[in-house]
Amino acid sequence: MSTTALKDRSQERQKQMIAEHFSRLARSGETGEKSVYTFVPGNLTELVRNFDLLPVLPEINALQSGMRGKSREYIGLAEKLGHSEDVCTYVKCDVGMMKSGNVGPTGERLPSPDLLLLSYTGCFTFMKWFELLRQEYKCPTVMLHVPYQADGQVTASMRKYIVDQLVKKVIPSLERASGKKFDIDKLREQMRASAQAEDDLVWVLKSARNKPSPIDAYFGGVYYIGPIFSAFRGTHDAVLYYKELREEVQERVELGLGPVTPEGPMEKEKFRVVVEGPPNWTSFREFWKMFADEGAVVVASTYTKVGGTYDYGFRHDPDHPLESLADYCLGCYTNLNLPTRVDVLCDYMREYSADGLLVHSVKSCNSFSAGQLVMLGEVERRTGKPVGFLESDLVDPRYFSAANIKNRLESYFQMVAQKRDAASSHSAEAAR
Amino acid sequence: MKYTVGIDLGSTTTKAVVLDDESKILGRGITNSRSNYKVACDVALGEALNSARFGLIDAELERAGVDAARRTLWLEDFDRHFREQQYRLSLRRLGETLGRHAREEADARIVVPLIDDVISAMTAETRELFSAGANRKSDFFRDLAGSRYLPIAEGFSEQRGARFDRVAGLFDKAILEVENATSDDEMFSKLARAALVEASGATRELREAVERAADIELEQACCVGTGYGRATLPFPKEWIRSEILCHGLGAHAMFPDTRTVLDIGGQDTKAIQVDDEGIVTSFQMNDRCAAGCGRYLGYIADEMNLGLHELGPMACKSKRNVKINSTCTVFAGAELRERLSLGEKREDILAGLHRAIILRAMSLLARSGGVKSEFTFTGGVARNPAAVEALRKLIFENYGEMKLNISTESIFTGALGAALFAHREARKMQAQKVPA
Repeated sequence: MSTTALKDRSQERQKQMIAEHFSRLARSGETGEKSVYTFVPGNLTELVRNFDLLPVLPEINALQSGMRGKSREYIGLAEKLGHSEDVCTYVKCDVGMMKSGNVGPTGERLPSPDLLLLSYTGCFTFMKWFELLRQEYKCPTVMLHVPYQADGQVTASMRKYIVDQLVKKVIPSLERASGKKFDIDKLREQMRASAQAEDDLVWVLKSARNKPSPIDAYFGGVYYIGPIFSAFRGTHDAVLYYKELREEVQERVELGLGPVTPEGPMEKEKFRVVVEGPPNWTSFREFWKMFADEGAVVVASTYTKVGGTYDYGFRHDPDHPLESLADYCLGCYTNLNLPTRVDVLCDYMREYSADGLLVHSVKSCNSFSAGQLVMLGEVERRTGKPVGFLESDLVDPRYFSAANIKNRLESYFQMVAQKRDAASSHSAEAAR
Repeated sequence: MKYTVGIDLGSTTTKAVVLDDESKILGRGITNSRSNYKVACDVALGEALNSARFGLIDAELERAGVDAARRTLWLEDFDRHFREQQYRLSLRRLGETLGRHAREEADARIVVPLIDDVISAMTAETRELFSAGANRKSDFFRDLAGSRYLPIAEGFSEQRGARFDRVAGLFDKAILEVENATSDDEMFSKLARAALVEASGATRELREAVERAADIELEQACCVGTGYGRATLPFPKEWIRSEILCHGLGAHAMFPDTRTVLDIGGQDTKAIQVDDEGIVTSFQMNDRCAAGCGRYLGYIADEMNLGLHELGPMACKSKRNVKINSTCTVFAGAELRERLSLGEKREDILAGLHRAIILRAMSLLARSGGVKSEFTFTGGVARNPAAVEALRKLIFENYGEMKLNISTESIFTGALGAALFAHREARKMQAQKVPA
């Protein structure tokens, strides 16, 4: 089975990339390598790596803890330390992990940060989160303030505002943390690599326009965005990973195959849906299986754009490196205003020939959840397609009620099927 | 005769609706058996088939030229006698089962005869319990028998020096087995004949109609399951439907101009929008927390030592608006006691609680796309007059004048929808068998 072998190749590479990265972090005490903690939306990975600094992404660690069944314990510990039940569970999971010895997803210890780089893209909690970390680690902190796209567009002054901060604040902080000088030529090289990987990622995501879709653009999608949204954008490894992934998906398209789910390859694609909102991580496989059992494939998702909306054409630009970093930060999904998000969802419904929209609302994340019901109603009105609403959380297992979610999903897909049947019997009658 | 059935396995009760070939309702059955879904299903279906046979008797009488008024009168009387026979049969089973458990008790010497005497005393009350115009607390054997067993057994235990907690415990053990006994065609004939013997006023026409109806063979063509327990049913996946779809279709069947449906069941609340064919266009449900659903009222009733059906009428007597914010079932008891200690009246607090439930439902309705006329309220809570009153008021305040439908059979809405889906499935299977 060549497909399996090919599938394994990109997966294996990603696994290896992550393992090496965390092992470097674990050995940094001996090797003297320095680390920077930063967030996914609006991340400046190329810039961090320009100084040979190693990025650590607390959100990713939190979601990994959720997937590994550790988050309950970590959240419990954070609550014991005084964080209320209403605090974002990524934060509590991270605080709990930090207080439990800062052992990362690979079982190796994470180094304390040499710098906290806060890319502020509208999530107020990020700011509070790093306040907590700063208090704990007593390390330098630098904040990049990214203006919200309130009017749905990026202006020259917004771009300049960010570039100024990069030049005056962020780059000097990175120089101080690393003891190295900023190298713009290296950055241009990194950007070239970024753009190449971005091209391939977009190709992979757009492959879901095929019927059947060769990928699941949500549950599978979160694996595909792993390298580019975390520590690897702009690296040679990332370029290779996306090239391989593209080849594998290309082969699935040629063979007319559907996505591979936790239960094996999907036999028949019965429903194509767009999903808005992050996944649940503590019951990730169970959640995915609920879709797969119904023959439902997610053909487009907004969560896979939290680290950048590349499918709308943005690429890192070697000719304008700092400006394109600014545009990148401005364009991450949660920095878009509600009308733009509605436009994106409606575009996806059309572009990917979706049967409907499902919103997964997580109680932790207001950046995502605020306004979702209004968006839902608007997408329903504009597209005339059935919409559905699910509720749980990111990494707090107490908020994932499997029976309730399964019930809603089954009801939703039966509703879609019923509407489809009714529409086809009406058109059959009309033809008669 | 072929029939199709829909079964709604709810969290509190299981309901079954049986339809004939023309998708007309033949019978309905309900049980509060919760020990296992398969049994609950069989019990509810047995009840629905019994009730279907009443429908068949009615049809036989009509054929024999008996007018509607007499038919109603005769059938009501016969139904009462039939239920009495059912009760007697269950009581005999209860006595046997209790006896079996009692013999294993340490003080069996005292307990076994005591149980016999309790059952005898209960049997002696049966005639009165089912006399014309008598007011029974519930239609479920567990409730009816429990409400008599416990006080009688307590009295006897005290007199004879038996431990009442043990004697009460025996009931809890035995009742599970008894309420899970299912009915079949033969049982119907037996009970019906016994009922006819007791019904002194039964006419020749009725006797003949009962005989003929009992002889009709009922053959199941298709069964669709819905409700919380649906996944555990031994049905193929195509015969299992979400309760959202079933409530939508059921409400449409009851009130064809329905556009918005609110269902408040035992542990969930659903706001559903349907089109002119009963097809669901959107829906919203409560999240993982079942605050403010039917069980909340059940809990309040227990806290107040009232029957569930007594809550609504008491709340309707309220003259003062007490604002209750929490619909958390766990906090309900504390909130209730606090209000009582502040000197609030029970009816005013209850009215506040009902309003709080409906306010939660209003938010789901808004999420699902608002309320459009006609608006149909279904589920167990639709039987509660205070909930209905609060809903009517809030709907008017928020959406203006609206036609509000509530069927006396609203608790069967989901099962009816499921039965209609079963009917369609049966049609499809038939069409596949006989090529046009």
